Amino acid sequence: MASHAIEVKNLYKIFGPRGGDFVDAVKKGMGKAELNEEHGHVLGLQDINISMPAGGVMVVMGLSGSGKSTLIRHINRLIDPTAGEVLYDGVDVCKMNDNDLREFRRHKTAMVFQKFALLPHRTVLDNTVYGLEIQGIERKESEKRARGWIERVGLKGFENHFPNQLSGGMQQRVGLARALTNDADILLMDEAYSALDPLIRVDMQTVLLDLQKELKKTVVFITHDLDEALRLGDKIAILRDGRVVQQGTGQEIVLSPADDYITAFVKEVNRGRVINVETIMRPLSGNAEGVPLVTGTVLESAARTMTASRVGVAHVVDENGRPIGALDLSAVISAMVTPVSHEDRAAA
Amino acid sequence: MASICSVLPELLCKFPAIDEGMIRLARKTIDDGFKGFVRSYGDAIDTVVQPLQWFLNYLESLFVSSPWIVILALMVAIVYFGSRNIGITIGTAVSMIFIGLVGLWNDTMITLAMVTVCTLISILIGIPIGILMARSERVQAVVNPILDVMQTMPSFVYLIPVVMIFGIGKVPGLIAVVIYAVPPMIRLTNLGIRLVDKEVLEAADAFGSSTWQKLKNVQMPLALPTIMAGINQTIMMSLAMVVVASMIGVGGLGKNVLQAIANQFFTVGFLNGFALVGIAIIFDRTSQAFGKRLQKHSEVIHG
Repeated sequence: MASHAIEVKNLYKIFGPRGGDFVDAVKKGMGKAELNEEHGHVLGLQDINISMPAGGVMVVMGLSGSGKSTLIRHINRLIDPTAGEVLYDGVDVCKMNDNDLREFRRHKTAMVFQKFALLPHRTVLDNTVYGLEIQGIERKESEKRARGWIERVGLKGFENHFPNQLSGGMQQRVGLARALTNDADILLMDEAYSALDPLIRVDMQTVLLDLQKELKKTVVFITHDLDEALRLGDKIAILRDGRVVQQGTGQEIVLSPADDYITAFVKEVNRGRVINVETIMRPLSGNAEGVPLVTGTVLESAARTMTASRVGVAHVVDENGRPIGALDLSAVISAMVTPVSHEDRAAA
Repeated sequence: MASICSVLPELLCKFPAIDEGMIRLARKTIDDGFKGFVRSYGDAIDTVVQPLQWFLNYLESLFVSSPWIVILALMVAIVYFGSRNIGITIGTAVSMIFIGLVGLWNDTMITLAMVTVCTLISILIGIPIGILMARSERVQAVVNPILDVMQTMPSFVYLIPVVMIFGIGKVPGLIAVVIYAVPPMIRLTNLGIRLVDKEVLEAADAFGSSTWQKLKNVQMPLALPTIMAGINQTIMMSLAMVVVASMIGVGGLGKNVLQAIANQFFTVGFLNGFALVGIAIIFDRTSQAFGKRLQKHSEVIHG
């Protein structure tokens, strides 16, 4: 069961009774404020083009009102677009009829919600089997699968508890187990961890990363937290006022923020945990010196390795152990510190 | 007043009613039309409601002819398993024994049969209409004013057409009671479904639930507390209405009350009144405790 990429193309969403009438005006440059004041329509999303990697984690980041929750709801069409396409495996989700859409939701997608959205009158086990029950799978079989996932998310022993008897973190584990039990290619996570305490949030991120290593689903993760985005995302898109401001890998966004808005975000990020050694290495001149560091090592652990072995220089090696570059401790440290130019831009 | 009228034209002072001849004509036409309708379709309508008559008679004879000890044991058992509350159970036994001691057992059984049938019919009619109302704004816009009329129209007024169509007896009484008791059932079903958490509904949609699956798995279970309140209200209103319905031939406690009013039998009136209160409290407490027990999952154990 290989996951496919999700292609969002030229997506527009204008909320209001006659949204379709204003798409052309928005394409010609009508702004959010003008549309709202003069026509009473709300611009939700404009000209969204994102290619979400198959089997990877796509993070959509933005502050409240940026349209990120609207965007994720277009992927399983809980919200209908005003214009544009959402392609999965070559099929436009927006053009499916009711029946196809229901089948698509049942078999291809699973969703985790910010406020958990569990059924309060059902136990953990009965909540977890919900997706399979809807698909019409036999109770015995679905229960077996559900128990497996309940155990994987660390809720063994709580099968017969009601959601109200669990803490927020545990309730979201139920939400995650419910989504995973569905065994769908696409996992949609709408601010899934935003309502959790910081420590539990990190904990749940680890759960997701561990699971993703073996599941390789196409995950779409919505968040307002850049640290979370950088930790989880294979690719990140930053949304502002319904528009994509920048998209790329975490490193790309941290190293070259597209505008002041993103610079302001990036300023507070722990760069040592985002930037990899190969990004700042210089070409190898002469022999490889110092300790070897594998590509993909982040600067923080590079610095830790170098100080632990009391050397000022290191060389970068690829997966096969072949040296490909060199770097020294001062370069590592200066890359970890927020560049002065960013400080200036943010302050300006 | 007269002074103001002296300056105003008469048209603005004395309300220009349609002249009496016209009204008389209109009244006669409508009354005759309705009577004609009853004459031509009365038998057909009687045939349609015949099953109600059978069901009512069957239940009534079952209640009345069963040995009292069986009925009492059954009631106590139902109340206990419904409420799981010893206090309510003992209260039920004591009030039923008291009712039996003052010689009202048979009349109480007749009333119980009537209220049971009325409540069942009200639930059967009320829940589907409530669901339809919750699904469609248009249905709600049509049904709401009808419910308003049903609830505010004095019950004596709609006894008139009911009697004209069905004559005097149990079935017309039953219909009158249902008209009076069904609105809260409809309203609270509608309200309960509309109050279901939007997020949970969205989750049900996201997993690909069909309309029926959503209704069965999410909306009805989550609306259940409100629907239970509706059932409770319906029972209470049925009990209130069986007294009025005794005017058109419903037997039981209501008939005794009616006779007591006519003859100024103070003690008889109050004894029958208290018997009704007794049944009302039994029904109320049991259905409420049952409703609360259904909501056990909402108790927050985790802080």
